[in-house]
Amino acid sequence: MSKILIPAGVYNQLRDHGEETYPHECCGALLGRPEQDGWRIVSAVRAGNTRTDSAHNRYNIAPLELVKIEREANRQGLEIAGFYHSHPDHPAQWSQTDFAEAHWLGCCYVITEVTQGKAATTNSFLLAGTTEEDKRFEQQAIVVED
Amino acid sequence: MTIYIPTPLRTYTGGRNAVEINAPTVAEALAALTSDNPELRKHLFTPEGKVRAFVNLYLNDEDVRYLPHKEATAVKDSDTLSIIPSIAGGA
Repeated sequence: MSKILIPAGVYNQLRDHGEETYPHECCGALLGRPEQDGWRIVSAVRAGNTRTDSAHNRYNIAPLELVKIEREANRQGLEIAGFYHSHPDHPAQWSQTDFAEAHWLGCCYVITEVTQGKAATTNSFLLAGTTEEDKRFEQQAIVVED
Repeated sequence: MTIYIPTPLRTYTGGRNAVEINAPTVAEALAALTSDNPELRKHLFTPEGKVRAFVNLYLNDEDVRYLPHKEATAVKDSDTLSIIPSIAGGA
């Protein structure tokens, strides 16, 4: 099983974000470096959710915001390692919508269930495969480091 | 111009996050990029040769699909082209 290594502070940040936006989905990017068998996450960058029409169960990050996040990541010598979002009162499992809209092959997709306003389970899924046709989500271990 | 390569596609550019391309338009820059790195082609284009719907192209801070000349837009040496796959989802 692949893994993501993530500092406790960053892990808490992405979970806190979900609590703050509840009952709407939060979203953001995770910056880091590739590790053997996964990613080492260095920081989380909050992003806006453009799905104001259905924010309780949908998120979308504006591409221009990602352009700017990527520019900053490049400046810091980091990569976009993946993304995080929350599922208000819904399991921390990828949905068909998550899968259909996932295109960052090799990156991690971190999902937090926020239950009645409190962050509960957080899971990470690697978008494995090499093409749109063979892509699949594989659960990853999350190693939270002090 | 500089073309910025997103994480999922760096494996097809020898790990590079940016590639320098000499070309007069966005379309020709992409053609040169995929000519030099042929495995990129199927990730960026449909079999019919159109940019895939989930692939966003930004010429500096402008979405290419909304520019008057789209991929035929002329580019300068100092321009950047960012390739950004869409990110969305939800419960």
